[in-house]
Amino acid sequence: MKTLEELKAIRESMQSQMGLRKESGEQIRVVVGMATCGIASGARPVLNALSDAVQAKGLKNVAVTQTGCIGLCQYEPIVEVMEPGKDKVTYVKMTPEKANEVIDQHLIRGQVIKKYTITEMLG
Amino acid sequence: MYRSHVLVCGGTGCTSSGCPKIIEALQTEIKKAGLKEEVSVVQTGCHGLCALGPIMIVYPEATFYALVKPEDVPEIVSEHLLKGRIVNRLVYKETVTEEGIKSLNDTDFYRKQHRIALRNCGVINPENIDEYIATDGYEALGRVLTEYTPDQVIQTILDSGLRGRGGGGFPTGMKWKLAKGNDADQKYVCCNADEGDPGAFMDRSVLEGDPHVVLEAMAIAGYAIGASQGYIYVRAEYPIAVDRLKIAIAQAREYGLLGKNIFNSGFDFDIDLRLGAGAFVCGEETALMTSIEGNRGEPRPRPPFPAQKGLFEKPTILNNVETYANIPQIILHGAEWFASMGTEKSKGTKVFALGGKINNTGLVEIPMGTTLREVIDEIGGGIPNGKKFKAAQTGGPSGGCIPMEHFDIPIDYDNLIGIGSMMGSGGLIVMDEDNCMVDIAKFFLEFTVDESCGKCTPCRIGTKRLYEMLEKITNGNGTLEDLDKLEELCYYIKENALCGLGQTAPNPVLSTLRFFKDEYLSHVTDKKCPAGVCKALLSYIIDADKCKGCTLCARICPNGAIIGKVKEAHIIEQDKCIKCGACMEKCRFGAISKK
Repeated sequence: MKTLEELKAIRESMQSQMGLRKESGEQIRVVVGMATCGIASGARPVLNALSDAVQAKGLKNVAVTQTGCIGLCQYEPIVEVMEPGKDKVTYVKMTPEKANEVIDQHLIRGQVIKKYTITEMLG
Repeated sequence: MYRSHVLVCGGTGCTSSGCPKIIEALQTEIKKAGLKEEVSVVQTGCHGLCALGPIMIVYPEATFYALVKPEDVPEIVSEHLLKGRIVNRLVYKETVTEEGIKSLNDTDFYRKQHRIALRNCGVINPENIDEYIATDGYEALGRVLTEYTPDQVIQTILDSGLRGRGGGGFPTGMKWKLAKGNDADQKYVCCNADEGDPGAFMDRSVLEGDPHVVLEAMAIAGYAIGASQGYIYVRAEYPIAVDRLKIAIAQAREYGLLGKNIFNSGFDFDIDLRLGAGAFVCGEETALMTSIEGNRGEPRPRPPFPAQKGLFEKPTILNNVETYANIPQIILHGAEWFASMGTEKSKGTKVFALGGKINNTGLVEIPMGTTLREVIDEIGGGIPNGKKFKAAQTGGPSGGCIPMEHFDIPIDYDNLIGIGSMMGSGGLIVMDEDNCMVDIAKFFLEFTVDESCGKCTPCRIGTKRLYEMLEKITNGNGTLEDLDKLEELCYYIKENALCGLGQTAPNPVLSTLRFFKDEYLSHVTDKKCPAGVCKALLSYIIDADKCKGCTLCARICPNGAIIGKVKEAHIIEQDKCIKCGACMEKCRFGAISKK
C-alpha cells in the first residue's frame, strides 16, 4: 500500500458488498416473492440477478430482500419496488433479463417500466 | 456477489454460548439448500448484548435473532434465507412491534448508545482487512502520513480532549506530547490490553471485533512521537483476541500498512505481541513494561515517567485499547466533532461492561455525562425479579460504589472521583437489595490480596490486614473500634503504596463505609447481616405453624441438620446447619425463613 488511491480502490470495491449491511429508512426496497410458487416459477435467478446488479453498479441506497407469497401465484415471479414517499410498483412474471432492465431504467433513471407492471398485465 | 449476509457473533460471550456450532450448522444447511453462492456467513465481533447470545443478524433485512440454538438453524435457512419468511419466534422480542419488526437501533438497548470505539464490533469480519478498509479503515493513517506533521497530530488529539480510557483519565495528547519532547535513538508505543478488572471486557471486545483499529492508532501514535516499534501487551487468557490480532498484524504487513516506508512517507512502524500471564498488577504501566522486558511484573517508582524512561529505558507511551479505538475517528472527523460530545472535562464516549443484577448484561457505549439512571433503567433494562437497586460498583477493585442517592449523577471522570469511586476501565456491576455491601468490599479485597505483587509493604501486608478485619466483621466478631482502625488503615495504604494497585485497593472499603455505614454497624452492633448474605450472622428457622411435616427439607439437607417426624413440624438444629439455603428453596409452604 503506497498511496491513498490504492486504499480508496479497495474501500470502494468492498463497500458495494458491505452496503448490504446498512440500515436506513431512506432506502429503496426491492422485494422478491420467494414462496413455493415464486421459487417454482423461477424467482431465485431473478433475486440473484437483482442482488448482483445492485452490488455491481454500486447502488448504495437499494436493498434487495425477499418475502413470502402475496397471493397472486399465477403472476410469479413478482418483484415489488418500494421507494420512500412513492407508490409501490409491482412487476410480475419477471425474468433475470427483465430484472436487469428494471435496475437500469427504474432504479437508476427513475422510470417505471409500465409494460411489466401488474396494472398493465391485469389490464 | 452475495444477496444476503448472515452475521454471527464470534465474541467470547457468544463463543462460549455455542456460536461455533451455529456457524457449522449454518454452513451445512446453506450448502444443502443450494444457497452457497447466494448467502455469505460472516463471523463478527461482539454486538454488546451478550445476555442474548448466540446472536445472529440477517442482512439486508437486518433481522436480529437471539438465543439461537443449532436446532433452529434449519428453520432459519429454509424459511428465512430461502423463502424470505422471518422466523418470528427467534427474533429479539424488543424489535417486534405491532407494525412489524423495528430496527435494532431503535431498541432501548441501542437507542441511547453512541458507538465510536465499538463502531465496527458486530459489523465487520475482524479477520478480513478489506472489510475494515471498507469502513474507512487506515484512511486516518494514510492522511496523517501524507498531510500532517507529528505536531499537528498531537495538537488534534489534545484539542479533542481525549483522556485515557484505562482508568486514570490522563489526557492522551499530553502523554504523546511529553514523549515526543524527549529525544532518543529509539522510542516505543505500547498498548495496554491487560484488562484485569473483574467484570470489564470492552478491550477484549474491541480486539476481537475490530483488531485493525488498534494497529492503525498505534501507527499514528508512532508517527506522532517518533517511534518505529509497538508492542501490544495482551493477556493469554484472551485466546480469540490473540488469534485475531495475529491475523490482523499479518494482513497489515502484507498490505504494507505496517513495516517499512508506509504510504511512501519514509515512516517505518511495526507491532509485536507480548502475552501476559494475567496478573492484575501488569495492567499498571510500569509493571507492564517490566513484564514486556522479560522480567517479573513488578511496578517501579515514578518518576522517571514512561515518557522519559519507559520500556527498555527509552521514551514510551502506553495507552489502553479503548483509547486507541477512538484515535482514527478523531483524525477523520476532527477534534471538534469529538469534543462536541460529553461533558466539560470528559469528552467523547465511554464503554461500560454491564454486569451483576441487570437484565441486559453486555457492553454499552454511551456519551460521557449520561446518567446512571439512563444506563441502568433504560439501556440496561432495569433490575431482574422486581428487586430494588442498591448500588452500582464502578472501577472494579480500584473503584467504589454509587448508591441510590447519586442515581442521577452524570457519569464522567471527575464526578465519579468526587463521590469516591472512579471510572476505571468501565466495569459497572449492579447490586440489588440482596447484596451485602460489607461482603462486596471483602470480595474485592480478597482479589487485591491475591493480586498484590508483594513489592511494597503497605500493599502486601496492609491489604491482607484489611481483609482480615472485614472477615472479622462479617463473622460477627467485629467491634466499633475495628471500624475506626479499618478506616485509618485504608488511608495509610492509599498514601504509602508504591503503585496504583495499592493506592486504590482500599477504595471499595472506603466507599462502602461512606455510603453504607449502617450495614457495617448492623454487622458489628446487632450482629446481623441486613441483606442475609453473611452466613455467620444468619440462621434458618422453620415456622412450626406453616410446616406440614412433608420431610422434603430433611431429605435435601446435606448435613442432616433437620429433624422431625412425618406430618409434624420440623426443627433445624442450628449447630449442625451450614446455611446453604437448600431447605428454603425446597419448601413448598414458605415455612422456612432466614434471619
